[in-house]
Amino acid sequence: MNTRYTMSVSPDFPPKDIPGWYIFNTWLQKLLGVAIHLELYDSFHAQRTAIRNGEIDLIYANPYDATVLVREQGFQAVVAPVGVSDETLIAVNENSRCRTVEDLHGKLRIACTDDPEVNLIGNILLEPADLDNQQISKTMVDSYVLVAKSLIQGNSDVGFFLKAAYDSFSSIIHDQLRVLISSDIQIIKHALLVGPPLAGKHSLIAEGMLAMPDNEKGKSTLQGMGIQAWEAVSEEDTEFMIDLLDTLQT
Amino acid sequence: MLDMSEEQVSEPCLKTELLLHDGSRRNVRSVDEEVPFPDGCLIFSRTDLNGVITDCNQSFVSMSGYDEKELIGQPHCVLRHPDMPAAAFQDLWDTISRGDKWNGYVKNLRKDGRHYWVYATVIPNKRNGKMVSFTSVRRKPSRKKIDEAIKLYEEL
Repeated sequence: MNTRYTMSVSPDFPPKDIPGWYIFNTWLQKLLGVAIHLELYDSFHAQRTAIRNGEIDLIYANPYDATVLVREQGFQAVVAPVGVSDETLIAVNENSRCRTVEDLHGKLRIACTDDPEVNLIGNILLEPADLDNQQISKTMVDSYVLVAKSLIQGNSDVGFFLKAAYDSFSSIIHDQLRVLISSDIQIIKHALLVGPPLAGKHSLIAEGMLAMPDNEKGKSTLQGMGIQAWEAVSEEDTEFMIDLLDTLQT
Repeated sequence: MLDMSEEQVSEPCLKTELLLHDGSRRNVRSVDEEVPFPDGCLIFSRTDLNGVITDCNQSFVSMSGYDEKELIGQPHCVLRHPDMPAAAFQDLWDTISRGDKWNGYVKNLRKDGRHYWVYATVIPNKRNGKMVSFTSVRRKPSRKKIDEAIKLYEEL
């Protein structure tokens, strides 16, 4: 019986890129000559459960989850997108009187998703306001659109967003919100990781993906995922990213 | 070790001789002017086990006032401000040398003698179970925490 592998994508990708990831999966199956099923999850929680159960063999992971996958599940990073870093943004309702983080006083209602990386950086961006846990209440919703909705309807004071998700909103949504602060970290990014069952194909995957911009089929596949090109990620690059995230977890 | 050239520091400045953790001494000049931490940025650097800078990001370069080529290869204490008590750095070195994480509020000295406050986290980097380097990330502290740190460091 032929083995079928499972690939997944961090749930924070823009919904418009879903068809692109299916096309990429087809491309990858041809490259490797194996069957791969693309499994997409609505939430980080659901995806993490699948990871813990050993159901994922290949994943385009956010740096936070990559840390766990590399340290605890034996995954290896293969490539990362060129010129795309993960930035976090805190927005308020357009009518909010707050212009800076330091303007946030008293009780603060935060709307966020369960994206661990965005929530980590969002909390760090709020630190200059010097709020304690008693002053903060968080409402977790299923998508960044719902974070925006919560702000627009006045149900929360600030919202945490992955910048790429915020940027993909329509002008109707943008017009009702205002960016309070945006991170400029530049060095935290998603990466494609392979799990132990596909470790033997690490080089083949890396070579194939790095060569994608060299032909029309590869180029259009990349475009469908909103990615320009891939760059190789070494073991030390991954370890560095893990160290970096480790320093931020305080 | 780099010393600030006189023409880069505004007058009137304070001249101080620092005693560093390795026993060496360094003359620095400082002026009483704070440069605000840039919103949204993280300052990152990595050093070898002796505290010599091996890698840093653009935010680190911009806030220090040095060029990147001036920083790489220099000991991290090139940024040490005379108002920082030696005890704070002793605690830092003791902590990370044990393999633990260190956090604290730090007043850093720029090349031009001005300063900037950070909330710093330093961790030892381990590869195959062996400590090989240190990573430090600095982020923007609240004004309240800075004021508390100023008071505390005056007493140390």
